[in-house]
Amino acid sequence: MDMPAPDIDVIGKKSQLISRLLETLPNDAVIHEEVETRAYECDALTAYRCAPLAVVLPSSTQEVSDILRICHEMGVPVVPRGAGTSLAGGALPTADSVILGVARMTEVLETDYDDRFIRVQTGRTNLSVTGAVEEEDFFYAPDPSSQLACAIAGNIAMNSGGAHCLKYGVTTNNLLGVTMVMMNGEVIEIGGAHLDAGGYDLLGLICGSEGQLGVVTEATLRILRKPEGARPVLMGYDSSEVAGEVVSDIIRAGVLPVAIEFMDRPCIRATEAFAHAGYPDCEALLIVEVEGSDAEIDEQLGVILAIARRHNPVELRESRSPEESARIWLGRKSAFGAMGQINDYMCLDGTIPVSQLPHVLRRIGEMSKDYGLDVGNVFHAGDGNMHPLILFDANKPGDLELCEAFGADILRLCVEVGGCLTGEHGVGIEKRDLMFDQFAPDDLDIQMAVKDVFDPKWLLNPAKVFPLTASAGRRAA
Amino acid sequence: MEPVSESELSEMIAGADGPLRVVGGGTRPVGRPVEGATLALTRLSGVVDYEPGALTLVVKAGTPVAEVERVLAAEGQRLPFEPMDHRGLLGTKGAPTIGGVVAANVSGPRRIQAGACRDHLLGVRFVDGTGRILKNGGRVMKNVTGYDLVKLMAGSRGTLGVLSEVSFKVLPEPPAAAVLHLGGLDETRAGEAMCAAIRSPFEVTGAAHLSEETSSGTSKTLIRIEGFDASVSYRAGRLADLLADFGEVTIERDKAEIARDWRALRDVAAFHGRAGDVWRYSVRPTQGATLGALLRAMGARALQYDWGGGLVWALVPEGADMRPDRLDGHATLIRADEETRTRLPVFQPEVPPIQKISQALRDRFDPRGILNPGLMG
Ligand SMILES: Cc1cc2nc3c(=O)[nH]c(=O)nc-3n(C[C@H](O)[C@H](O)[C@H](O)COP(=O)(O)OP(=O)(O)OC[C@H]3O[C@@H](n4cnc5c(N)ncnc54)[C@H](O)[C@@H]3O)c2cc1C
Repeated sequence: MDMPAPDIDVIGKKSQLISRLLETLPNDAVIHEEVETRAYECDALTAYRCAPLAVVLPSSTQEVSDILRICHEMGVPVVPRGAGTSLAGGALPTADSVILGVARMTEVLETDYDDRFIRVQTGRTNLSVTGAVEEEDFFYAPDPSSQLACAIAGNIAMNSGGAHCLKYGVTTNNLLGVTMVMMNGEVIEIGGAHLDAGGYDLLGLICGSEGQLGVVTEATLRILRKPEGARPVLMGYDSSEVAGEVVSDIIRAGVLPVAIEFMDRPCIRATEAFAHAGYPDCEALLIVEVEGSDAEIDEQLGVILAIARRHNPVELRESRSPEESARIWLGRKSAFGAMGQINDYMCLDGTIPVSQLPHVLRRIGEMSKDYGLDVGNVFHAGDGNMHPLILFDANKPGDLELCEAFGADILRLCVEVGGCLTGEHGVGIEKRDLMFDQFAPDDLDIQMAVKDVFDPKWLLNPAKVFPLTASAGRRAA
Repeated sequence: MEPVSESELSEMIAGADGPLRVVGGGTRPVGRPVEGATLALTRLSGVVDYEPGALTLVVKAGTPVAEVERVLAAEGQRLPFEPMDHRGLLGTKGAPTIGGVVAANVSGPRRIQAGACRDHLLGVRFVDGTGRILKNGGRVMKNVTGYDLVKLMAGSRGTLGVLSEVSFKVLPEPPAAAVLHLGGLDETRAGEAMCAAIRSPFEVTGAAHLSEETSSGTSKTLIRIEGFDASVSYRAGRLADLLADFGEVTIERDKAEIARDWRALRDVAAFHGRAGDVWRYSVRPTQGATLGALLRAMGARALQYDWGGGLVWALVPEGADMRPDRLDGHATLIRADEETRTRLPVFQPEVPPIQKISQALRDRFDPRGILNPGLMG
């Protein structure tokens, strides 16, 4: 993965930059000693590292504005950062950039149950947003598996999803408004507690823009009342074709589960060895969860179980207690950890049309043989968002590159069958150079034109999302 | 001009030497009146791809909404966001197109639970003001590849590009529904009742209130739930208990009746055929009643509340500027004569930095300023 050569002029201005930052910020908010900036050298895509010029940790929108104004005046690139859990390298620094981390901005600013929203500073973690409204039995719906650590800031920038988005949507469907600081320091408000913002849907544009249009400091989020209960069933099948048909039949029957999760044999075996959840050793495993009161759950599960039986499951396990539900989810929730026990892994995130599932799994299996690398599949089956986990050995020379080539082939396959490169993790640097596989040059040009509007000097997170060849002219201008 | 293909659409726009007035079915003439040669999308019609098992639908932008609904209904599915039909309210004729729904981001009562049109839009193909054919998003449910121009195009009313193809996430049509009716509540109490219902775990898919002037003497408050039969009965019972303090609750279970009532609410039938301008306000739900009182003081003749109070429709004297000075939300002038729509801002005026961004986006997407010029500002 190439990154542009750092700007020597900018690096040369480091001491001037630091003193200007220290004029407006408290001492402990500016980190510039190399031993300390190292802590910010990567996000969760740990294969790529680079210490930034400096790190700033503001506590307010005003401070963010001051920082950006200074960097703008001095022509210093800025990489916004939430909790640094991006799997796409979205928060990877360059040597000539300032990391602007919002981790200290964690306050709840307003909670309103009657109007069903919460306004928070964006450094607050995803799970603690739900934590703040739980006493009234409310929750914030998007639930990435990283929710204990990841910040709302990163969720908005990546338009993150979670296991329950089949029913509740992803971040963009649950975001009502933002306060955002533009690269020149100007503060803008978009949307608010009302449902529809007027004018162009700038809110929708900002969500998922990977920190390239502005720094989001506050967010108004939709909160929902918790359902009365939820219950999963587990089903095992001999082939992924059949499991795919089950998913499609459930959806066609008019049931909308909150989650339909899929795991293939390599993944089941790995998690069994690790978590002992008691999963059957089969080709394809589905976990389907529905919500409501007990009677409502029974009604929905009645339909689901009838469909499941029709397709001759090797195992069909209905939960009868919270403990059994937890056991059903145990393996799925430890899937990443389990694969990590075996080896280093790379987690992909392409989406495919659900009908292509069997074909894609077969092709991935074939490619796995060709590349000589094992792969396990965990999958949000209801919405076609795949997470192939490719195992490799980071200490073995050439293995990372081989794994990346395999990953790129899988993502190209996703695009080829009518899907896309990334369903929820974002492009970052990881999929940046594959963008031409999904988009024509004009499609990318119009996206870059949007960046021109918000950040004419291309100082915000400049080397991400767009292939470097495509953005070169704009970055240099 | 009536292109029959995307490439013809592209040629027509590239070759245009003056402003274009972009229309679908021409049933929603909202916005500042536009001068220009008419570019009609009606012949760009038809279903491109429909996968009921994946809940995804791809259609050409000029496809009639009625056809989309028919195709979905045949598989027991529907557009979840319940788009309004503007013909009755605006006195227009013709067949509304799906592209028009997207261009105006039209959503109905179910928006509070299911989301807006933009929330179900998965992908777009469009032609920009220079004639370039562009795409964004796709036909899968989860997609964060690149910037989300899909949302930007929804509601941009043909000023950033002309839609040629749109794809949606659709949902199953639930087999049963129930509506709880309360009568005679004043607007504050009605707001409280709707709020209590939506705050419950019982998944309300519609909460509306008709002021007494719109419903023959007594006000009406309606709470809708949908789903499987037993579930609907259970939730209707629980909600009736919850709302007992607000007066006598009657429960309607007849599906056809319910469909009729909510179509009327969706289309603001209470204002059809009545003289006056129509304004639409989007506010915090709990501020609906306060806004309603203010609008009455400013001369409003009738009000309809939707989205639990968060959407207020007002029938008002002709030509009046009904945008309150301090409004935490936004107001749109939906129906008025051309003179009024030229004199008053139709959409909520934007603060200067946002105005600057909107204009800059138009300049990039339509550098010659030929697509519905002036319509949105
Ligand atoms: C174990 C694990 C499991 C995961 N599971 C999921 C999952 O289920 N679903 C999912 O969607 N993702 C998942 N992720 C990915 C990741 O957690 C999400 O992308 C998350 O939203 C990143 O949040 P963050 O706060 O850590 O952001 P960071 O990693 O700090 O940054 C992510 C991006 O946001 C930008 N950004 C950060 N703050 C701001 C700001 N204030 N303003 C503007 N831009 C900003 C950054 O520049 C960067 O481009 C997982 C990651 C891990 C490690």
